[in-house]
Amino acid sequence: MSEVVPAWEAGDELEERILPPVTRLQLSEYAGASGDFNPIHTIDEAAEEAGLPGVIAHGMLTLASVGLLFSPYLEHGYVKTLRARFSGMVFVGDELAIGGRVTGSEETEEGRLHAFEVYARRGEDTVASGVLGFLVYAPDGSGPA
Amino acid sequence: MSQIERWRSMVGERSERVWNVVERGAVRKFAKAIGDPNPLYADEAAAKGSRYGALVSPPTFPRTFEYGEIRGMGWPEGGMLHGEHRIEYRGGPLRVGEEIYCSTELKDYYEKESRGGLLGFVVVERSGETPAGERRFTMQDVAVVTPALRRTLENE
Repeated sequence: MSEVVPAWEAGDELEERILPPVTRLQLSEYAGASGDFNPIHTIDEAAEEAGLPGVIAHGMLTLASVGLLFSPYLEHGYVKTLRARFSGMVFVGDELAIGGRVTGSEETEEGRLHAFEVYARRGEDTVASGVLGFLVYAPDGSGPA
Repeated sequence: MSQIERWRSMVGERSERVWNVVERGAVRKFAKAIGDPNPLYADEAAAKGSRYGALVSPPTFPRTFEYGEIRGMGWPEGGMLHGEHRIEYRGGPLRVGEEIYCSTELKDYYEKESRGGLLGFVVVERSGETPAGERRFTMQDVAVVTPALRRTLENE
């Protein structure tokens, strides 16, 4: 976890992270932890019936991975808003890159709200993208209400 | 009435509020499944010393709650794809032990022609409130009915 309050400025790029390849075990584990047992994520036959070449990762798992970029700053603030579109399927064995950049920030009653464009990509293909707002609490130590 | 006709006719219907609590074990399992080792999700001592004073949950955790059923709406067992997800929080991340009353509303159903055939879009809002009725988060999800799933639903 980062000891330092993030000093993001518009235009800053977040350091891109390459995630380990998606595994079947991970999809089963996420199904159990999330309660999303849609069989297109775990059973090949069900995926094929739905017109897919094989099981696909949960979109929410991909999106949770995007959240990993902000986890190191949780001591200083939190992901307040997230809006994402899923634009590609993620298959077992895929290696995703997650990243983003700062687009601006504004002072709010709760603290400073930083805006980001974020993405998850497999090679050149964007599989999820959107905008995210990270709220940094004022440095006087005031916490959440 | 087919599933698609039911979606069309039930826009605006919502579920009863359902009581949920942010459970420590559920958060720990969820954080592990998404590969996030943050101690504020799992280490009680670290969390106690943090500004939150308690363990908190990851941003996408609220999808794990029970939101109740919109009576008579139905939902296919499988085959729906996830198109979009939105969430907005008020008042910080959810804390372990926090009680949340959750409900869901069918916001819209619409269709669009695509290269592969007609696509259906089911828009669902899910929200969580404190016991005092203050909004903690609002989510909106778009689920996609593929042409393959549509054929199955129409033959049922």
